[in-house]
Amino acid sequence: MDDQLTALVIIFTEFYYWLTVVIMFLIHVGFCMYEVGASRRKNHVHTLMKNTMLIPLVTITFFFFGWWIYFAFPNGPGITGGIEAAPWAEPWSPIMGAHMGAGADGWERINGVFWAAFLLFSWTAASIVSGSVIERIQSGAFWILAVAIGSVFWIIDAAWGWHSAGWMVQLLGYHDAYASGVIHGIAGGFALGVLIVLGPRIGKFAPDGTPRDIHPRNPWLVTIGLFLIYTGFWGFYVACNIPIWDIQAGDGEFFSATNIYLGPTTLSAITFNFLMSLSGGLLAGYWVSKGNAFWTYSSGLAGIIAASAGNDLYHPIQAMFIAIIGVIFMYKMHYYMERRFKIDDAVGAVAVHGYAGFFGVVVAGFMLWGYPSSPDTSFATINPIGQFIGAIIMFGVLGLIPGFIIAKILNVFGILRIPPSVEIAGLDTYVQAQIDADEQAIMDAEAAARSG
Amino acid sequence: MMTGSFTDWAGNIAEIGPIYPFVGTEWLLVLAGVVFWLAWHVTQLSRESAQLREEDEHHRSGGG
Repeated sequence: MDDQLTALVIIFTEFYYWLTVVIMFLIHVGFCMYEVGASRRKNHVHTLMKNTMLIPLVTITFFFFGWWIYFAFPNGPGITGGIEAAPWAEPWSPIMGAHMGAGADGWERINGVFWAAFLLFSWTAASIVSGSVIERIQSGAFWILAVAIGSVFWIIDAAWGWHSAGWMVQLLGYHDAYASGVIHGIAGGFALGVLIVLGPRIGKFAPDGTPRDIHPRNPWLVTIGLFLIYTGFWGFYVACNIPIWDIQAGDGEFFSATNIYLGPTTLSAITFNFLMSLSGGLLAGYWVSKGNAFWTYSSGLAGIIAASAGNDLYHPIQAMFIAIIGVIFMYKMHYYMERRFKIDDAVGAVAVHGYAGFFGVVVAGFMLWGYPSSPDTSFATINPIGQFIGAIIMFGVLGLIPGFIIAKILNVFGILRIPPSVEIAGLDTYVQAQIDADEQAIMDAEAAARSG
Repeated sequence: MMTGSFTDWAGNIAEIGPIYPFVGTEWLLVLAGVVFWLAWHVTQLSRESAQLREEDEHHRSGGG
């Protein structure tokens, strides 16, 4: 920090990530609105609190151990090496706080904002699960699941497949620039694992197994919520880049933005592709759902997710068509799984995030076949088999299986699902009756004061 | 009394390092934080179970 140009780059980078964090916060405003809008009136407050409280719980646990996992586990451990030393990410490190150090890379200043950018991704992973399980899960059980997906499993997959030295990048040529699988695939798979154990809401399926639609209570909250999620998702794209990096291999210097693997891209490229894949998703969603507003908005999100793995490199029209196909795939999969396996995914999160994310990772293997996965020429190149294995690891190995096992354990302890009588009456009903009684008592007292 | 590890901003700023109070107690802070986090889950689960039992009894006995 003792020359102006170095200081400018470091402080710009610090500000850049800080700004993305603020924009990404809108994802969680959107998730809260969206979930409340999708829930029935008798469950609004519990639904809101269930989502809100994952924020502090994932935050403190991501401080305690999540951040360290990202830097410690790129080798597996046990696949390409052992546990990496990551003293800057240990919760007792002096750099995990206000610090005036001035290392050459400025990490003392960037550590906190980079931690926060990843933390906002962690909240997102947990929020994705939150929507699918509304109206019948116990809040305490969900918060344990939220910590597991938000501060443990997604960040393990990030260390493996979203780290410039991750073993999946090295050996499989795994490429997932904007987290089709790394966040959306794993969270969708985790949600599916929980849903298998949790079961459907009472009344969701007729006695002959035919699914019934439980429509969103407030379409306006759902709409605004999803618009806010789009906005925050844009910030997420920016947060996945490194703003200024020397990408010139060999002699000379060439500064550019890079993706998380330190491969070159530009903010213009990802802006083109973000908007074209959003548009492809919306167009396909409107068409396939015959104009259903809930699915059209969700499909905008699914379109972006389907193209995200390669949106650092795709042509915008490629991104649009990938989004279109991905949305049709996830929509058909949602209703197939609902009919065939009686999965009650209340907001379609498994489809929008899980199936579209899985699709996105696999498609990138074909579209970017032979592209370098890393500036390190010893790494495998991007290929369909590596991407397919990667998608299975994200959705299944680190998503579905842990979600299923943890939900099973919670179920054994009897703390996974609320009692049927409470589910039928509504989670807010009992407390609301007490509020009504309090209000009546005040009104009675006021009436007595007037007459007295 | 001095809670910081420095007394002024003079000299080489880069040598100051951490600027939060009570430098050296980080282990203790982490330990206290983890205990608080785990205790929060335990007490929350206990309260929620009791609340759900109460609501279940209320609804099953014909309460609104």
